[in-house]
Amino acid sequence: MTDTNRPRTTLAQKLVANAAGVAHVEPGEIVMCKVDLAMSHDSSGPRRVAPMLEALGARVWDTEKYVVVTDHYIPAIDDESRSIVQFTRDWVKQTGIRHFYDGAGICHVVLPERGHIRPGMFIVGGDSHAPTGGAFGAYMFGIGATEMLGVLVTGEIWLKVPETIRIEWNGRFGDGVCAKDVMLYLCGRFGMDGGQYQAVEYAGEAVRAMPMQERMTLANMTTEFGGQVGLVAPDDVTFEYLRTRGVDVDEAGGWDTDDDASLRARHTLCAPDLSPQVAAPDSPANSASASQYAGQAIDIAYIGACTGAKLEDLRMAARILRGHKVASGVSLMVAPASARDQEQAADEGTLKALTDAGATLLPNSCGACAGFGQRFGEDARVISTTARNFKGRMGAASSRVWLGSPFTVAASAIAGSIVDPRALLA
Amino acid sequence: MSGEPRVWRFGDDVDTDAIAPGAYMKFGIDRMASHCMEGLRPEFASSVRPGDVVVAGRNFGIGSSREQAPEALRHLGVSAVVAVSFAGLFYRNAMNLGLAVVVCPRAGEIDDGTTARVDLANGRVELPGLRQSFDCEPIPAFLLGMLRDGGLIASLKRRLHSVVTP
Repeated sequence: MTDTNRPRTTLAQKLVANAAGVAHVEPGEIVMCKVDLAMSHDSSGPRRVAPMLEALGARVWDTEKYVVVTDHYIPAIDDESRSIVQFTRDWVKQTGIRHFYDGAGICHVVLPERGHIRPGMFIVGGDSHAPTGGAFGAYMFGIGATEMLGVLVTGEIWLKVPETIRIEWNGRFGDGVCAKDVMLYLCGRFGMDGGQYQAVEYAGEAVRAMPMQERMTLANMTTEFGGQVGLVAPDDVTFEYLRTRGVDVDEAGGWDTDDDASLRARHTLCAPDLSPQVAAPDSPANSASASQYAGQAIDIAYIGACTGAKLEDLRMAARILRGHKVASGVSLMVAPASARDQEQAADEGTLKALTDAGATLLPNSCGACAGFGQRFGEDARVISTTARNFKGRMGAASSRVWLGSPFTVAASAIAGSIVDPRALLA
Repeated sequence: MSGEPRVWRFGDDVDTDAIAPGAYMKFGIDRMASHCMEGLRPEFASSVRPGDVVVAGRNFGIGSSREQAPEALRHLGVSAVVAVSFAGLFYRNAMNLGLAVVVCPRAGEIDDGTTARVDLANGRVELPGLRQSFDCEPIPAFLLGMLRDGGLIASLKRRLHSVVTP
């Protein structure tokens, strides 16, 4: 059979077929896939899977293919969280897990920066934001601890081959508009089930122009958009990122969607038309142009999480904050997503721009985004770069969280109320 | 079981932070489950009875991969969650934990407090008091089998035991 006779397929189909060890898969088909890598953190990982492994008398199928990261209970603030983190440390040691990152940052950022994710891989993560890895053209999705157990025992998982929803952004985004605005806009327009647990693929000139960490934000918030995976076809930007992390990568993978592949939906959108977005409490789908929420007073501006405090996010905030001070009565908190990103931010002066403006630095962990440790107090009004503003997630049930980009959160910290950040970039 | 199984009605996009609040994730399931749904219906965890049915709108279980969400509902004795649609990750977790989750396009027509029985094998929600029944999407046979076993672990154990030869 020549190439021209092959069925035209999506990137998602190619990735799943590769993992299933077959030439072709059709959407809707249920296939068994070989897992190239599994990732867990301290909350969903050893403390949940170890007792089940023990009950089954089973072992981890390949200790080289299981990466464990502590991030949810870092810093440990009480006996319960200390014991969860300690259990994680003890278990990885006993089990012989070599790829263990303890307090190095948030799993979704640590894995790519340490070179674990390459185009074409099939990866599961014990966290809903696992789709972040899709930014590299890997099929990566989130699973619960019991499914993780199945993977750890067998190295395999079943999957219903998804259809693809392709989202193409033509042209370029304006200055002050970024990946977070894209995802809040998509959640608002199509709902938190817009992705229909299918593959969502981001494409078009504006996506090609994004650096890797911005693409990671797209893939990451595919979860809030309701997709199983969020994919970006690898290109020179991907390969360059991987090379700088010492990853030996095959650039001729052919990991992309064929031109005439059959799709569930294709949305063609105009990048220059997108304005900074803000999502009001209590849903990422409550989004509208930032200007519509302008004037909403805030007490806390929070820059944190895998989706909102990577180096690129810190750079955006620094562009706004340089030479300014946070409004009196407002507390600006920054929890850089990884220790390495923080290091680089410090080296290049980005971090200083934040602290000079009055930012308080918090540990490199999930922090208030997960709401497992320190939480926002009663009635706090917060604008945040995180992924979810569900009621009571980040703090007291009476606290209210608006979501926005690092530009918008930084600009709002200076103003003391929500603002469209573009005025400060002029 | 005491009394007839009743319906607890919830809306669209019920998230995992509502079902299994983050502040209690560090505790065991007993304490975690006592806070299940407290932000939406504070009386739910203390009043729900074994066999009761949770009915919801679109996209039930959006959010986290935490399987304490379906685990808490199961721990409280909820016999099934019937919704117009489910978040994919929650759906997989629920089945794996042995909590029946049923897609019912007309779930929105089922009222709070109604007596309801879910017939998994035939894919139906029955409301005997109203002499009504609503069709649901059938659950594939292998998942029904796993539910009957009590979830993936129980199912694996049964399979492992059945193939062990002395």
